[in-house]
Amino acid sequence: MAVARSKTIVSDFSLSPHIDQVGVEERASRFTKRSIKKESKLNGLLLTLNMIDLTTLEGKDTDGKVKQLCYKAMHPYDAIQGLPTVAAVCVYPSMVKVAKKALDGSGIKVASVATAFPSGQAPRDVKIRDTKYAVANGADEVDMVISRGKFHAGEYNFVFDEIASIKEACGEARLKVILETGELGTYDKVRRASDIAMHAGADFIKTSTGKIQPAATMPVTLVMLEAIREFYYKTGKMIGMKPAGGISKSKLALHYLVMLKETLGEDWMNNHWFRFGASSLANDVLMQIVKEKTGLYQAANYFSVD
Amino acid sequence: MATRKSNTLKLKFDTSWSYAPAPESKSAATINKQYDLFINGAWQKPSSKKYFDTINPANEEKLSEVAEANEADVNKAVVAARNAYEKVWRKMSAKERAKYIFRIARMVQEKARELAIIESLDGGKPIRESRDFDVPTAANHFFYYAGWADKLEYAFPNRNPQSLGVAGQIIPWNFPLLMAAWKIAPALATGNTVVLKPAETTPLSALKLAEIIQESDLPPGVVNIITGAGATGAAIVKHPDINKIAFTGSTEVGKIIQKAIAGTHKKATLELGGKAANIIFEDAPLDQAVEGVINGIFFNQGHVCCAGSRLYVQESVAKQVIKKLKDRLESLIVGDPLDKNTDIGAINSKQQLETIHKYLKIGKQEGAEMYETSCALPRKGFWCRPTLFTNVAQSNRIAQEEIFGPVLAVLTFRTEDEVIEKANNTPYGLSAGVWTDKGSKIFNMTRRMRAGVVWANTFNKFDPTSPFGGYKESGFGREGGLHGLLPYLNLAN
Repeated sequence: MAVARSKTIVSDFSLSPHIDQVGVEERASRFTKRSIKKESKLNGLLLTLNMIDLTTLEGKDTDGKVKQLCYKAMHPYDAIQGLPTVAAVCVYPSMVKVAKKALDGSGIKVASVATAFPSGQAPRDVKIRDTKYAVANGADEVDMVISRGKFHAGEYNFVFDEIASIKEACGEARLKVILETGELGTYDKVRRASDIAMHAGADFIKTSTGKIQPAATMPVTLVMLEAIREFYYKTGKMIGMKPAGGISKSKLALHYLVMLKETLGEDWMNNHWFRFGASSLANDVLMQIVKEKTGLYQAANYFSVD
Repeated sequence: MATRKSNTLKLKFDTSWSYAPAPESKSAATINKQYDLFINGAWQKPSSKKYFDTINPANEEKLSEVAEANEADVNKAVVAARNAYEKVWRKMSAKERAKYIFRIARMVQEKARELAIIESLDGGKPIRESRDFDVPTAANHFFYYAGWADKLEYAFPNRNPQSLGVAGQIIPWNFPLLMAAWKIAPALATGNTVVLKPAETTPLSALKLAEIIQESDLPPGVVNIITGAGATGAAIVKHPDINKIAFTGSTEVGKIIQKAIAGTHKKATLELGGKAANIIFEDAPLDQAVEGVINGIFFNQGHVCCAGSRLYVQESVAKQVIKKLKDRLESLIVGDPLDKNTDIGAINSKQQLETIHKYLKIGKQEGAEMYETSCALPRKGFWCRPTLFTNVAQSNRIAQEEIFGPVLAVLTFRTEDEVIEKANNTPYGLSAGVWTDKGSKIFNMTRRMRAGVVWANTFNKFDPTSPFGGYKESGFGREGGLHGLLPYLNLAN
């Protein structure tokens, strides 16, 4: 008997699953109880390094700054041979060309924020042009922000349509959708925004711009990972995850990896599906890698500040 | 993108990045080769002259041997407790009594690491639990009841609260140290003296507590800790000079105790078995509910009298919940109890493992679908994979009888009335759980469930301030909180 194929139906997002705050925070803290030692620590650190989106998003960014950052992305710490590179360099659209050239041939992706980052308070056609500009200059990935004002006003269709139109403007580039969870207020809303973004065509969902506190937290990331898992089971489509902002220490990054491993498993344990949006994490990871290899902690001055 | 059928999709939790072993060091704990009986503040040889082995259930190696107390030894302990009661403890001012209990609480905290290691070695529970739950909660119990000692007049105003005398206390093997704390702390706070017997498979943490008590300079005889099996327990129950029996253990033994003390003046509290219903409504936060269900049944290998061993899921979300349960099951780590990453340790004894296996067989024979995790088990020791049964009917034995292991029976329901009826349809009534986003539903459920504790949107939460105890064949009397003082007091009407 022929069975009607299930179609992905755009849901009523106000019916997105609810999240129990106490429960999700308890589960998230449980991941921090895993003890990561010896070779699993070293392997976790190498994986973390390889998942970092090295980021500079400042008004004072210049070509020179971006070039230096790109060199660091390719050569995080040349004193140790065979280290992986980071996953991507994340810049403003105006810096995409410089980054693309500097990273040429390295395999490192260029990610560009777009859509009137970080506030997202601009008309849609401006956001689309912003996106197209970044992609035309060579961005492999676009990190957009959602319209949080519209989201709070309950205009979910507006948010959905905007994400869909940016996705269209991205063409081949992968789209990361920043929910700015620090402005959403509840885990219920984080879940709802995740569902909207995934259904509207996001390739990645991302917690934060890094400009608002709180940025990424473990419970927020867990809510998003669980949304990804459910979306995968419903549609068969994998969505990537990028916690950003506030993850500056290796130990915390390893806790995130534990959470990823125990929530989504092997298929997501690579930089195609998981990223850390961070700038200061890299040096702490490098310091820990050196410690694991030599048994000694080096002073911070041994690691370049880019 | 093409849509694949969701039942072919599978997440792979056996990842290339894995956790290296992170064992807690055994050398931080001192275990003697042999333990005598702790009577009248001193270690005394058993008049039986017999000792029995206590083993590590994770590798079946002998840890120590402990004395077997016979009737004469029990009598010696009761006489010591009676003397201490009449001559010292009942006369001591309440605030002085409190100081001793506070001191014991602090010493339990100071020796927390050692106690946690001993608890995991002797009982098989994961170090994460003994370190983060058993030992700290035990210390909290002493702290809490120390505070009550000089405030009994305020707890029961105008009722002239008076101590009873000697309490005989018999505790189980699932939370050896914590149960000792639950029993000893309120008894001392109310001015009673104690003869306590830990379970024969897990005596070591109680004996370590005896060392702490000795070091705390508690007057000799106020707490006596003697070891032995069922016969020793029976001798305590039958001893004529005991005023109160406090027992935690199986319903079967509870009934024997009640028969034995019928017609005597002895007061009793019994905390017995359970077959708790954990109920998930379709509007519940499902991921958190699943986590709560997992902790509700797999905490301490399911050796928990209030374990949520019957899961009732509303049919509309049953498939989804079962899938989530199976995924979560795969990320549980079964193995060395001393490894900090272990979620599920060893089954406490060979006998208990046989009981669990018996029920697994029954479940399959009854036609329920069995699902167990794919994890490898160590060769030596007593192990059981976390297991769940789906397609279970209310009339199945695995849904009615207490298994006391890591085995969850999953049943479905349609309406609120139906699930309340099914949840109450058991001889037990110790605990229950309700998962829903709707507050009014929680209150409706908690009002109608016949269980001593009902958790809402959480499970297995314990606090010294909160009373705990059962309905029906789960026993009577309450432990914890102000209610926990009552069984150790006579009150004027």
